[in-house]
Amino acid sequence: MKLALIVLIPFIGALLPPLAIRAGRNVCAVVTAGVTGLSLAILLTEVPAVYSGTVPRTSAEWLPSLGLSWSFFVDGLGLFFAALILGIGLLIILYARFYLSSADPMGRFFCYLLLFQGSMVGIVLSDNILLLIVFWELTSLTSFLLIGYWYHLPESRAGARMALIVTGGGGLALMGGMLLLGNIAGTFELSEILLRGDQIKASPLYVPMLLLVLIGAFTKSAQFPFHFWLPHAMAAPTPVSAYLHSATMVKAGVFLLARLWPALAGTPEWFMIVALTGAVTMVIAAWIGLFKDDLKGLLAFSTVSHLGLLTMLLGFGTRSAMVAAMFHVLNHATFKAALFMSAGIVDHETGTRDIRKLGGLRHLMPITATLAIIAAASMAGVPFLNGFLSKEMMLEEASHTAYAGLWWLLPLLATVGALFSAAYSARLVFHVFFGKERHDYPHHPHDPPVGMWLPVALLVIPVIAIGIMPAFFAGAIVERTALAAVGGALPDYYLAIWHGVTPALFMSAIALTGGLAMLWAYPAINRWRLSVPRPDAMTMFQAVIAALVMAARRLLDLIDNRSLPRYLAAIVATIGVFGLAGYFGAAHLPGTRETLPISLPAVTGWGVLLAACVLIVLRHHDRLFALIVTSVVGLIVSLAFLQFSAPDLALTQISVEVVTTILLLLAINLLPRTTPDEMSGGAKLSAGALAVLGGIGVTALAYAIMTRGFETISDYHIAQSKPGGGGTNVVNVILVDFRGYDTFGEIIVLAIAALTIFALLDSALKGESAKRLAAMRTSAKAHDPHPLLLTVVTRVLLPLSLMVGVYILLRGHNLPGGGFIAGLIVAIAFIMQYMASGYVWAHERARFDAHVMIGGGVAVAGLTGLASLLFDRPFLTSTFGYFDMSIFGEVELASAMAFDVGVFFTVVGTCILSLATISRVEERAEQPPETAGVPAP
Amino acid sequence: MSTVMSTVMSMEFLLASGIGALTAAGLYLIMLRRTFPVVIGLSFLSYAVNVFLFSMGRLTIDLPPIVSEAAKGYTDPLPQALVLTAIVITFGMTALIVVLSLRGFLETGSDDVTLQAQPDDDASRASGDGAAR
Repeated sequence: MKLALIVLIPFIGALLPPLAIRAGRNVCAVVTAGVTGLSLAILLTEVPAVYSGTVPRTSAEWLPSLGLSWSFFVDGLGLFFAALILGIGLLIILYARFYLSSADPMGRFFCYLLLFQGSMVGIVLSDNILLLIVFWELTSLTSFLLIGYWYHLPESRAGARMALIVTGGGGLALMGGMLLLGNIAGTFELSEILLRGDQIKASPLYVPMLLLVLIGAFTKSAQFPFHFWLPHAMAAPTPVSAYLHSATMVKAGVFLLARLWPALAGTPEWFMIVALTGAVTMVIAAWIGLFKDDLKGLLAFSTVSHLGLLTMLLGFGTRSAMVAAMFHVLNHATFKAALFMSAGIVDHETGTRDIRKLGGLRHLMPITATLAIIAAASMAGVPFLNGFLSKEMMLEEASHTAYAGLWWLLPLLATVGALFSAAYSARLVFHVFFGKERHDYPHHPHDPPVGMWLPVALLVIPVIAIGIMPAFFAGAIVERTALAAVGGALPDYYLAIWHGVTPALFMSAIALTGGLAMLWAYPAINRWRLSVPRPDAMTMFQAVIAALVMAARRLLDLIDNRSLPRYLAAIVATIGVFGLAGYFGAAHLPGTRETLPISLPAVTGWGVLLAACVLIVLRHHDRLFALIVTSVVGLIVSLAFLQFSAPDLALTQISVEVVTTILLLLAINLLPRTTPDEMSGGAKLSAGALAVLGGIGVTALAYAIMTRGFETISDYHIAQSKPGGGGTNVVNVILVDFRGYDTFGEIIVLAIAALTIFALLDSALKGESAKRLAAMRTSAKAHDPHPLLLTVVTRVLLPLSLMVGVYILLRGHNLPGGGFIAGLIVAIAFIMQYMASGYVWAHERARFDAHVMIGGGVAVAGLTGLASLLFDRPFLTSTFGYFDMSIFGEVELASAMAFDVGVFFTVVGTCILSLATISRVEERAEQPPETAGVPAP
Repeated sequence: MSTVMSTVMSMEFLLASGIGALTAAGLYLIMLRRTFPVVIGLSFLSYAVNVFLFSMGRLTIDLPPIVSEAAKGYTDPLPQALVLTAIVITFGMTALIVVLSLRGFLETGSDDVTLQAQPDDDASRASGDGAAR
């Protein structure tokens, strides 16, 4: 639990900065630092345990079926990285407080920073590789937010997007690799996987898995050929660059390689790919970095180069190389973060980061210059600084590692990389801080407030301390970290300044002197470099992305031509293809169930139905006629229900038919009266062919099913209807009792439909729609909109219909009827009033509001359900009893009845609201609009 | 027609072919280019689907699922209960799409279901993604 807290605190704490910023920028920074500090403090309480050799862990299940769990553990490696992330995080927070201007939203910045921090700590402490993937992706997302923090700058957005695409894409590859890894190892628990290295390396899936994992690690750590995203991410504010690109995110790839080292490393494939990728990256990135005029760009490529160095060391697959790698991680984090912050200070103070415009800052800002020069010297590999020690160890490892039989390749690459590294470090020092004092800066520079240079100083202290007494200051950390990383014993090694006269010493000397010589020859080399063509990564990346977008758009235009008929035809055709495939893939035995003999009424109805179907296809252009045909079909369908023992359905269908017909009539009045005959003969033919295919398929399917026997689950419902549900109408009991939950959902759907209709038409009385309605007014006016006879009859019928409705509602539990049907009947009675007497007349006299009815209905149904909770029964459990009601005789009242009443009111409200809203719009079309200004034609 | 009737003289066939006819008419209508036939077509399809669903309980005559002493037996009530709500929901759906098409017509003056590619439409689409620019 404690371990999970280390990870979770930054996530939870991320909520605080946006709130704390209201109390001021200092409070905000202090709160953020407090969150990080708390997390760090909890982490540090684990130090004694970890350094006495135990591995604290915690685990909780998340999705056990997938192998995903909330497992965290902290060993030497995890502790080291987590401490780096949180420790440098603290310094970054302090630095950012002074770096960000008052125009930058600081709360948002610290919120993102904490989210990122939590994700990073999650990666290094995860004991489950799937959980690790989750955090890995989270770092991609949160770094996107951080890099794009100044989202008003186009290069910020472009850089953030590129970082997201590259690292996110790599994350997908990594996910594939991790899934393979988990399958090979038989577990997703990391500490288990690390013990099964032999089993993993022997698997036939080892190479594909390795490649996927490496793509993930290389994209994150910006290894060649994915190195191009990191420099563009420098558009971020400097604290972000310093944090993400020195100590944390780009180290995630290296961390992953180190973490999985016991499980994956040591094979020829690992060595060939990882060592060479690292070496090539180290050299190429250092070369590019040397010529970067942007201070942060130079540092970015130097970071890529150092990550290459680390990757190469891990690629060697030896334990002593691991020691060197872990030592260099520590050293690089200190001097590189210090350099990034110094670059930020220079930018902040002078107003430029262009090396060509800088120089002589030694005189203007002595503190910054001193700190930056020490850090840069460490990066160059000057003795008595920590960078020298680990670089020397790297050279030593490279000097006795042969690659593919070529003994000289790796030593050469390592020396050249170190030489370039010395050169760009020297360029940074001499071109920025030395030279003549300049006065053409956008701002007059001077040393920043102490809050800005203090973090740099705090990082430079270990640079010197470790450089002078490595064993004392870093020995224990390096040992414990490397021990945990290799998962076994370490070879003999010495963290010391003097190792005697070794090949590495010569290589080091060549690198340092060569680097200085290169700087001296810099103008000449640069002229030569500019004369040869250089590939630009950003252009290539954008070309690839643009090509992808173009291809996607072409494909979309092909599929998505915004034609509904075409989509529907495609859907029907697809179903047809599957249906035919099924048809031809199986035997066709006729069903053996006994069939029912036909009767004359049935054949008559069938004939009418078929005729209606033919007529609607041929004559649908006349919309009123189409509507009449539709009602005829509805009538036949209700008769079919009646014929086949479904009185409830027949009643429902016929009442729905009435409401639907009125609704469509109202709509036709506002829509065009005819459908133009505009489709080509070919289109009609193909639509017809698809339709006939569908019809035949459905016929065959329905016939095949109906002529086969089946087992029903309804025997229970029939048996329990009376004793359990208190009603003899099994259909109604199922609706309000057995399957009450479904019904509850359905009336909610109805309510939503009604409210949507209201919303759609209520707003139609304004804007374009209102103008069209006004224009319709004069055209085709009915002779007498409200015929007297209809008006009188409907008014007389209203009370009668209401009583029928109540009767149907009450008897529904035992005989055909119920809330749905009763609701429809009552709704029809009310709608008739709107039809006969007009919307205004009916609306003025309505004593109820349809909205209230809908809401009330759903509420009644819901509360009935909830009432059963009072008696410790599940939602919607029903009970019943018998009551004498004078007019209606003895009526059995179940609590389900109350539920049915809710259904009733929802249905009434839905129907009335939908139709009354349309008739209100209609009324507008008939009456002159009250507001003048709408031009009448 | 008569050959079919003489070979398959059963209620089951009448109902199955009725469902098929409704489906075919519905499918044809929804593939037309105006809103109103599409709405009517959906109504036809809904009839077909509801009756099809109902027929899953097989056909019986004079065996309503009303419990009583005199009953000779009962038909399957479960499909009926499902179809009952389906019918009402069908109404809700029909009402909604009718009103949608009505509002669309009032707003644009056209009841065509095919979106014509308009110049400003393409422009707004292109500005939707920055990566291509």
